[in-house]
Amino acid sequence: MAATSLAEAQVIAPTSRAEAVDAFGDGSGVTVLGGGTILMPEMNYGRLRPERVLLLQNAGLSGIARNGTALTIGAMTTVAELEQAPEPLGTAARNVADHEIRAQATLGGNLCAPAGGATPRGDLQAALIALGAQVKTAGKDGERSEPIEDFVAAPDGRLLLEVEFEEPKSSGYAAAHRPHAHAYTILAVCAAETSAGLRVGLSGAGRNGLRARSVEDALAAGASAAEASQKAPDDARASDDALASAWYRQRLLPILVQRALDDLGGGK
Amino acid sequence: MRLTVNGEQRDLHSPPLTSLLAALREELDITSPKAGCHQGGCGACTVLVEGEARRSCLLPLAAVDGATITTLEGLGAADDLSPVQAAFDEHYAAQCGFCTSGFIMAATALIDRTPKANREEILAGLSGHVCRCTGYIKIVSAVEAAVGSPA
Repeated sequence: MAATSLAEAQVIAPTSRAEAVDAFGDGSGVTVLGGGTILMPEMNYGRLRPERVLLLQNAGLSGIARNGTALTIGAMTTVAELEQAPEPLGTAARNVADHEIRAQATLGGNLCAPAGGATPRGDLQAALIALGAQVKTAGKDGERSEPIEDFVAAPDGRLLLEVEFEEPKSSGYAAAHRPHAHAYTILAVCAAETSAGLRVGLSGAGRNGLRARSVEDALAAGASAAEASQKAPDDARASDDALASAWYRQRLLPILVQRALDDLGGGK
Repeated sequence: MRLTVNGEQRDLHSPPLTSLLAALREELDITSPKAGCHQGGCGACTVLVEGEARRSCLLPLAAVDGATITTLEGLGAADDLSPVQAAFDEHYAAQCGFCTSGFIMAATALIDRTPKANREEILAGLSGHVCRCTGYIKIVSAVEAAVGSPA
């Protein structure tokens, strides 16, 4: 049963990864608090009264580890720390909110956030989908690893531990922003070429980040970037929000896909 | 929970998921952090946590237990303004004043991490702060002046 007052919530602050996994258990009744940028407004406005809160900041889940071309990034790594990550992740991170929010918001929150009502969330998802990242999670039946596009489609009930990917041979990024004090990203397209092939990820084209398989398949079949980008609307499930309409996003998408693919060809 | 606020140790009894903003304002009567949007969008509640600018509305008390917090009250006094406060005064960078403490805290942290910040870096560094009087030109001029002044 949900608590009715913030004062009733039980707060657990694990000090190691093992403790965090143990405290999370099968996830039932647990609200995971990373940086707080998404959950705190919900609590401040009284929309969320959690029963049990897992506070992860001291759980040892942050940091970027490199082993040759392989990277492992902990769930509690801040978006600010990702600003210098390999492309297209670095660019996606630099385009999130402002300095102070980036220093507090975490990778985990960006991947687990429920879809925003007014603006899209999950700016990092397109980049990590393009990079072919695998996510390691814990929960019912223990730890497991899965492709990021599968995880972001249904993140509930799992505790995100880390994300792994290989530094790409080349990368591309294209996005449309709505001007504000800092620009909101309406739609972002990331492309990356790794040993697993060329992948294309989309943020802002659906409730969570999506993999543009129709575009990838067309390219693999020999289509040009211009031809393949026309397939992108087949992969999208755009909706209306405060930044743009679904109509606008569907029309913008092929243009951004082509720009991201052209950027890739630019040989970064 | 215990915080060091403006150099003084304070014990807090608010529930652990209370925002730092609410705890500062309602339990400690420290009112320079302003309660604007409660969702990290306006910047008015910005304080320094271990010297770094943070939105106090987005931090649960439990996440800052034991931390050192600085608010506008801890920067300077009326007869001994901090360089950023003095620059805001001199350049007429406050109108209604609601956003001012957040801007001053953010600018203080910005200059601390980028001592020679140029105009572009100042604009990027303060981009999360909203001034509803739209006095941005004077605010940015004040921060540019503070960058050039000795700390």
